[in-house]
Amino acid sequence: MNEGSKKTIKLLCFAVLGMFTFSFALVPLYDVFCEITGLNGKVELSATTNQNLETEDGRDLAIQFVSHNNEEMPWIFRPSEDTIKIKTGEFHTATFYVKNTTNKTMTAQAIPSVAPSNAAIHLKKLECFCFEQQELAPGEEALLPVKLLFDDQLPESINSVVLSYTIFDVTDYNDVELTEHHNEHDHHDGHDMEPAL
Amino acid sequence: MSAVIESHDHEHHHGPAKGLTRWLFTTNHKDIGTLYLWFSFAMFLIGGAMAMVIRAELFQPGMQIVEPEFYNQMLTLHGLIMVFGAVMPAFVGLANWLIPMMVGAPDMALPRMNNLSFWILPFAFFILLSSLFMEGGAPNFGWTFYAPLSTTYAPPSVTFFIFSVHIMGASSIMGSINVVVTIMNMRAPGMTLMKMPLFVWSWLITAYLLIAVMPVLAGAVTMMLMDIHFGTSFFNAAGGGDPVLFQHIFWFFGHPEVYIMILPAFGITSHIIETFSRKQLFGHTSMVWAMTSIAILSFVVWAHHMFTVGLPLAAELFFMWATMLIAVPTGVKVFNWITTMFRGSITYETPMLFAIAFVVLFTIGGFSGLMLAITPADFQYHDTYFVVAHFHYVLVPGAIFSIMAAVYYWIPKWTGNMYDERLGRLHFWLSFIGVNVTFFPQHWIGLAGMPRRVPDYALQFADWNMVSSVGAFLFGASQILFLFIVIKTVMGGKKATAEVWEGARGLEWTVDSPAPYHTFTTPPKVT
Repeated sequence: MNEGSKKTIKLLCFAVLGMFTFSFALVPLYDVFCEITGLNGKVELSATTNQNLETEDGRDLAIQFVSHNNEEMPWIFRPSEDTIKIKTGEFHTATFYVKNTTNKTMTAQAIPSVAPSNAAIHLKKLECFCFEQQELAPGEEALLPVKLLFDDQLPESINSVVLSYTIFDVTDYNDVELTEHHNEHDHHDGHDMEPAL
Repeated sequence: MSAVIESHDHEHHHGPAKGLTRWLFTTNHKDIGTLYLWFSFAMFLIGGAMAMVIRAELFQPGMQIVEPEFYNQMLTLHGLIMVFGAVMPAFVGLANWLIPMMVGAPDMALPRMNNLSFWILPFAFFILLSSLFMEGGAPNFGWTFYAPLSTTYAPPSVTFFIFSVHIMGASSIMGSINVVVTIMNMRAPGMTLMKMPLFVWSWLITAYLLIAVMPVLAGAVTMMLMDIHFGTSFFNAAGGGDPVLFQHIFWFFGHPEVYIMILPAFGITSHIIETFSRKQLFGHTSMVWAMTSIAILSFVVWAHHMFTVGLPLAAELFFMWATMLIAVPTGVKVFNWITTMFRGSITYETPMLFAIAFVVLFTIGGFSGLMLAITPADFQYHDTYFVVAHFHYVLVPGAIFSIMAAVYYWIPKWTGNMYDERLGRLHFWLSFIGVNVTFFPQHWIGLAGMPRRVPDYALQFADWNMVSSVGAFLFGASQILFLFIVIKTVMGGKKATAEVWEGARGLEWTVDSPAPYHTFTTPPKVT
């Protein structure tokens, strides 16, 4: 094989490795792209660190809260108020009511989404139940708070924003099933229908 | 293009080994080309049988023959097998047979890797097909395997599916590296890039596309594997991932992939139309540039498959215009083919019939593609049978017809025998009628609102579905005739001359028919 062929092979192998790496690089690139542009209604899952958000003389803005249960998530999950009237540049706290209706301890993760999507980058949160997973004992209920602000850069055309949360069941069922499996057999280990947490 | 063949030293030539090991251990590009072509034919028949199951179930509304779960498995495997098992290996087989002969090289640049890239394919498809017999059944999430259907809700066999896609990807990547290295480094003296035959050009571009996007597909299935087994959340919203991201990655691979399945067809069609019009091809250089621009544009149009996921307006507009832009180089190609035929002394042998049908029907598929490119219209057409009609028009009378045309055109060179012209034409007309009766009515039922990927449908779609099924059975049955014609030609027939077709251009027509086991061990001089 001549030198030219060897060189071509080397280049092509690098291209293959490069493109494989690129496919994984697409994941953070996609997130960064969505975060910068606020496309896709994606909201940051962490508290804002910006101290200078609060401004005087904000304009009126209506926020509608929407709650969804992913697939067969059995919890009751709903906003305490469907709509609130706020002013841009001021922090407000809203709450969501949640109840674990099952006889198992379950863990949930809420994922937010904003419509229209170009409002997403203007939504800043000081605290949110969506920042961490929520674990509820059987029958337990809770009021989950979110402290949020829309900055005054919000486009003029937007007078109302929909903030939607979907709760996902993220209970580690491997543990639950293992426990149940053990219970079915003689090795009763005292966990009785509760996941080993 | 003319060539001077220098006298060969026949002492060092040896024929193929005997028996089964010839095929297992062969490093000869012609043997490997034959293996690829037979393999793809077998997959074409298996994938076709699945299509027959699908059309039989859709013959009438209501559930008659199969369970909906099995229907979904048929639908998924039909797509995967036709794309990765039938069309792509057929083109790789043609590349193996023809590229060394067309550029005047003795063999492919990496013959042993060539053997490997073929022989891992049967394992990939064995794994994929064996999932039919596994608990939970075969993959049932469509050939696009969108997450979370293919992750959270997938049958357990999805892991085998992922493994088989990895093997197919490895095979394609090795095949493409081989093609590029052969073309870039082993051309006969005097064969400059712009003198290369268009089939070689089309494959050079295709190989680059494959090298660019098959690793991305490998990345996508690897992420699925990690989501399913290792607790990551690439596509799982609950863990901070995003299912829409899957669609972006998949179509970043998927759109170049659809051009991978059509560019070699452009090359084949150019050769056949040139030969049977008895004229030099019109616009060789513009054909090369058209294919190059189509390939480059294919990387910036992927989101037109996902107009309805909630893209921002700017993105909808960008992807709509970029997609429409592809019509320009494609139009150049169609124009060149028609201009080549214009005032030519055309004869209508079977390859030419398939090639002309390709131009006409592929253009219809191209136009329905333009309709789908219009974003607001796509909101209406998305996931309807209109989309099914569109991509079957570009893939069946597009890619598949071009492969059939290529087989009829080059089989005298491969076997030394002429095929039966009367049967060839019969096969063409049966296929032509079958394909149109199958897929044309699907435009109408799609526009009328019938969704794709359903085992049952509303009563108002019944008539055209029945027509479509009848067409599909005709098309399916006529491929048995194709198999018969190919076997008959391999067994015997009128002996072919070296030139085979009057005035055929290209180095492959300067060697004997059948092509000797080793050709161009001394490079020809191209003037």
